[in-house]
Amino acid sequence: MIRKDFKIISDWIKKDSTVLDLGCGDSTLLEYLKINKNISGYGFEKDINKVQESIKKNINVIQADFNVGLAKYFNSNFFDYAVMTQALQENKNPNHIILEMLRVAREGIVTFPNMGFWKNRFQLGFLGRMPVSNSLPNNWFDTPNIHLCTFNDFEKLCGDLEIIILDKKVLNNNYSTNFLLKIFPNFFGEIALYRFKKD
Amino acid sequence: MQNKLDKNSVGIVSPSSVEIKQSLELDCGKTIENFCLVYETYGKLNKEKNNAILICHALSGDHHAAGYHDINDKKPGWWDVCIGPNKPFDTNKFFIVSLNNLGGCMGSTGPNTLDKKTGNEYGPDFPIVTVNDWVNSQKLLADYLGINAWACVIGGSLGGMQALQWAISYPDKIRNSIIIAAAAKLSAQNIAFNEVARQSIITDPEFHDGHYNKFGVIPKRGLSIARMLGHITYLSDDSMRQKFGRDLREGKLHFGYDVDFQVESYLRYQAQAFVERFDANTYLLMTKALDYFDPAKEHGGDLSKALENTKSRFLVLSFTSDWRFSSSRSHEIVKSLVRARKSVSYSEIEANHGHDAFLMPIPQYLGVLKNFMENV
Repeated sequence: MIRKDFKIISDWIKKDSTVLDLGCGDSTLLEYLKINKNISGYGFEKDINKVQESIKKNINVIQADFNVGLAKYFNSNFFDYAVMTQALQENKNPNHIILEMLRVAREGIVTFPNMGFWKNRFQLGFLGRMPVSNSLPNNWFDTPNIHLCTFNDFEKLCGDLEIIILDKKVLNNNYSTNFLLKIFPNFFGEIALYRFKKD
Repeated sequence: MQNKLDKNSVGIVSPSSVEIKQSLELDCGKTIENFCLVYETYGKLNKEKNNAILICHALSGDHHAAGYHDINDKKPGWWDVCIGPNKPFDTNKFFIVSLNNLGGCMGSTGPNTLDKKTGNEYGPDFPIVTVNDWVNSQKLLADYLGINAWACVIGGSLGGMQALQWAISYPDKIRNSIIIAAAAKLSAQNIAFNEVARQSIITDPEFHDGHYNKFGVIPKRGLSIARMLGHITYLSDDSMRQKFGRDLREGKLHFGYDVDFQVESYLRYQAQAFVERFDANTYLLMTKALDYFDPAKEHGGDLSKALENTKSRFLVLSFTSDWRFSSSRSHEIVKSLVRARKSVSYSEIEANHGHDAFLMPIPQYLGVLKNFMENV
């Protein structure tokens, strides 16, 4: 069963387009897009074990840290889409990486966990502890998530960077949606997907 | 003996040779006619003849890539870690061809063979051949073997350059190309090392302008120094430190110029072994082939233009501690392939063995190769 967020991303992506997946993991998404949307493109991945898995799937993958690799490998407007799932918060400079995504691609797609989810707010606000939840499973001392944000924070950054949000989907940790998520996304949403482009 | 012929070895193998009765026009302008290529094959060519793999050797390599010539051989072929049943280049699945390149010294026509026109040994008069010439000669070998297209062409270092050149020269004759620890052209530093190696050979009093065999001698000292220098560039600072450190051979300093340290002893031993098996003229020729390689040159230095017509899938690999052809040299190849929108994967393998890592049984390295080969 393919993850719901991958399904949504696939719906956003046009057939036969070119896609760059930053932090592509074992390339499950790229494989899905290749089969369903006949995309071509590359994945970027640091972890050699995941690179091996991608190669096994016959997906083009470049072992590199995308914080330095993007500028090295790709000219401007090289791709139709630059995708980054659940890795934005692990970046040293999320604002830079978002702009880089929109340099190499016409559109960007990101997914990330919501720090403003009510359980996270509760843990910090009432228990006085750094949140640990399904979408943020790590303790504060061993988390790769160094730049967590809320959906509102992300949307403000997009505004500051003159980026237009084209699509937005908010999900809970089971990658499904409901009435509450639609009314109070920044309170009840756990994961968001955004599609955006430069103004 | 038991383990030599285990289920993962190709076992006892013997080389074949073929007289190519065609003329080959070389990049230097000369033509070579009726030349001999020595090669080994492992595995079986299938009915469709679409499972053939070409292995290209590096500077000092030859056709003996896997298995043993004799049950008493101490060492298997140079790439035995990768070639055999259930290994990355699986002989259960593929028909693997490994040859001694033209200009080599292990049986193929080269400086130490007879020029039939003159009846004399070629010696220094053997024309300088290029990577491009090698690929053209390998194409003639493929024709002879009835192989229309290679499922994959693979090589490390100078061998990787041949794998790259194949994709450029014969886009319809190669479906996959694996380029390991290579570069699209040598740097000034690379050429400088080669020049020191050449000078040490050429200035050896026993070189006799390349006609040393006529005098019944070989330029041992020059070839030794060339090999020692080369060998240092194949290892990393780390691997030398681990292997030798500052260990003394006899536990004390001698205050003389003979061997004190283990590393000196090792280099002398390696050089000695090399001098006994390798021809000095071939060594010179190989270093020139390296220096001259630059497929982007005829495209105004734009490698992605040179790669425009390629059709194969590519796998590019480098090793973290390789400083002879560092990872950044592989990045240049990958970048050009990406710009040309080619199918390419790249992995940078963590290894402390230096350039020689491509010959080592590093699990992640073998894993990447194996996974790539599954889709070949």
